[in-house]
Amino acid sequence: MRTSGLPAFAENLRQLPANLKASFSRHDAPTSDRSRSQAVFSNLFLHIHSTRTHVNSLRLRATFGLGVAAFSLFMILVGTGILLMVYYTPSTDLAYNSMKDIHYIVPTGRFIRNIHRWAAHLMVATVLLHMCRIFYTASYKAPREFNWILGMILLVLTLALSFTGYLLPWDQLAFWAITIGANIAASPRELTDALGITAYFDPGGMQKELLLGASTVGQDALTRFYLLHVMVLPLALSAVAGVHFWRIRKDGGLGRPGVTMTAAGKGASVGVPATMPEDAPRKTYGLMCVVRDRSEATDQDPIDTVPSWPYLLRAELLVFMVTMFACVALALISDAPLKEMANPAVPENPAKAPWYFLGLQEMVSYSAFMGGLIIPVVVILGLGLIPYLDREPEDAGVYFSGPRGRKVALRTTVFATIAAVLSVAIPVNYGWLRNWFPGISQLVVILINPGSLLTAAYAAWSILVLHRTGSTRLGAIALFTCFVVGFVILTYVGTSLRGPNWDFYWSQADWPVH
Amino acid sequence: MPQRLEPDLVERRDFLGLAGIWAAAVAILGSVLGMLRLPKPSVLPETGSRIRIGRPDEFPSGTTRAYPEHQVLVLSNPNGVAAISMECTHLGCVVAKTETGFSCPCHGSAFNADGEVVTGPAPRTLRWLEVGQTVDGRLIVDAKREVSPGTYLKV
Ligand code: HEM
Ligand code: FES
Repeated sequence: MRTSGLPAFAENLRQLPANLKASFSRHDAPTSDRSRSQAVFSNLFLHIHSTRTHVNSLRLRATFGLGVAAFSLFMILVGTGILLMVYYTPSTDLAYNSMKDIHYIVPTGRFIRNIHRWAAHLMVATVLLHMCRIFYTASYKAPREFNWILGMILLVLTLALSFTGYLLPWDQLAFWAITIGANIAASPRELTDALGITAYFDPGGMQKELLLGASTVGQDALTRFYLLHVMVLPLALSAVAGVHFWRIRKDGGLGRPGVTMTAAGKGASVGVPATMPEDAPRKTYGLMCVVRDRSEATDQDPIDTVPSWPYLLRAELLVFMVTMFACVALALISDAPLKEMANPAVPENPAKAPWYFLGLQEMVSYSAFMGGLIIPVVVILGLGLIPYLDREPEDAGVYFSGPRGRKVALRTTVFATIAAVLSVAIPVNYGWLRNWFPGISQLVVILINPGSLLTAAYAAWSILVLHRTGSTRLGAIALFTCFVVGFVILTYVGTSLRGPNWDFYWSQADWPVH
Repeated sequence: MPQRLEPDLVERRDFLGLAGIWAAAVAILGSVLGMLRLPKPSVLPETGSRIRIGRPDEFPSGTTRAYPEHQVLVLSNPNGVAAISMECTHLGCVVAKTETGFSCPCHGSAFNADGEVVTGPAPRTLRWLEVGQTVDGRLIVDAKREVSPGTYLKV
């Protein structure tokens, strides 16, 4: 006799909510340390954390939460960006008006736009600060060299995102900032022109054409920038950030005193002969705190560690909330600007890029090729190679690596400040080569300018420190501090002391009215 | 020790395997490079570069007239008529006409009346453009054709 399937069906129906819930997560209800650890371990989104976290990594001073804040800002940007895309139209005829609609008509449009704008500013600042904290705590040391490089890539992607986003409103500021930016890409022409070979070899023109799809900023440029801004760069940044986080775990968690990584960090387990055959799985899944290999608790007692759920997750949530609060507060206080619609006939005066590019613009005002291309590339390469050129083994997590480092940083700050101020004050007061020697060769004017001399002075200072102290770490501290000071001072000059015609003014009140 | 006449040959299977991998690598690389050809425009979208500016008698000696929408300044003196591009040779802002020449609002380059750099970051003289005449004698400026500085059209 066949029994009816109905009772089983009814029972399944009754169990549906419970079974749905059970199938949704791969772990028990997170009620104990053990089940919470299991949750962190087996959940796709949580397993980027290790199950236990060292207490020192949770201290505010260890990270100031800057990495997590940078990522929070990225998530906020993605969220608000998608909302803006609902109305934004990437066409030269419509873009400006759709921005205006968003700003003045769309419900909450202005608020969302403001958050997007502020989060972008904050993200650049946060990423830079995060880089400073990594550097000064020596967290780039082996085995974390490669994560430093991934970080540099993230920095470049972050800057590229804000550069491409800047064009989208299609207002005067956008149009002229991107015209200038695209011509910086074309600036190798200065050199090829001076050598008289542009007709045969024109890498500058090629770069500009790839960027703009035309010879001037127009519809093709807008289409390309839009594509980069909403698709290519965010996807690239997400992918690289994923690897960045994964490497933190694989490199043994955040660096901290007392756990200098040895060769063991590269994968071989300490005390186990390399030739020993693999036995069982190398991770002991049951006892989550005794994970072998390049994990935070490799062959150490789980002493001084706490479960990541709740301690780490709570800290991250706190950072996220603070970041969110900052964006919302700033968005309520201050509106994102929208100038007149782009007009290719009349440049904005002064045409200023966003603040983090103004140090660059200051150097570009000496020479587009050196200031806009060569010096930035040298700086990025120089910073990127720091972990490979300073390999002194050292505990991560001590700011400035102790009193000697602090002294070097202090002296470097004084030197770098004087050099940067001179590099601005001399040309402002006395002019530069062309004013002194009219008719001087163009090649000399391009190569020898205040920006390149400043860069050379910084390099020389760092080498001097390296030579005198006999320590590559102290040399690196000198170099990085020079970079920070130079960046801050030139950015300040570009932001606050430059007015119409890029002339020097002590305050905006002195700008001529026009 | 491998001998010269009997060198340590790659095993046949290794060779086939390596050849396969390299063939795949070359194919993938080739197609990626081929795809990169797409974003490089072969035809630049451009509006017409020839600007009709009028009859020669509209430009008596001593005239200077700016055409901001084309970023061109036409000037006329006893040498004839000439056109100078107002696009700054530094980074492409539009220069303004001043009493002594031109000045750029973006990074402070200044040029004399012939467009030569006086100060600032601009690397070269402003571009002089070709001035021509149509069959009925009207003047046209070709914004795409650069001529050497000091080239005037006698009219
Ligand atoms: C989009 C940009 C970035 C995001 C979202 C990001 C995110 C993070 C996060 C969440 C951490 C964990 C520790 C912390 O919060 O400080 C971290 C660590 C790290 N970051 Fe970044 N980062 C970015 C850019 C950079 C840059 C520009 C650098 C340096 C060039 C860098 C180098 C590192 C290194 C070496 C670590 C490991 C530190 C340690 O083990 O103590 N990151 N990053
Ligand atoms: S664009 Fe004219 S000075 Fe820079």
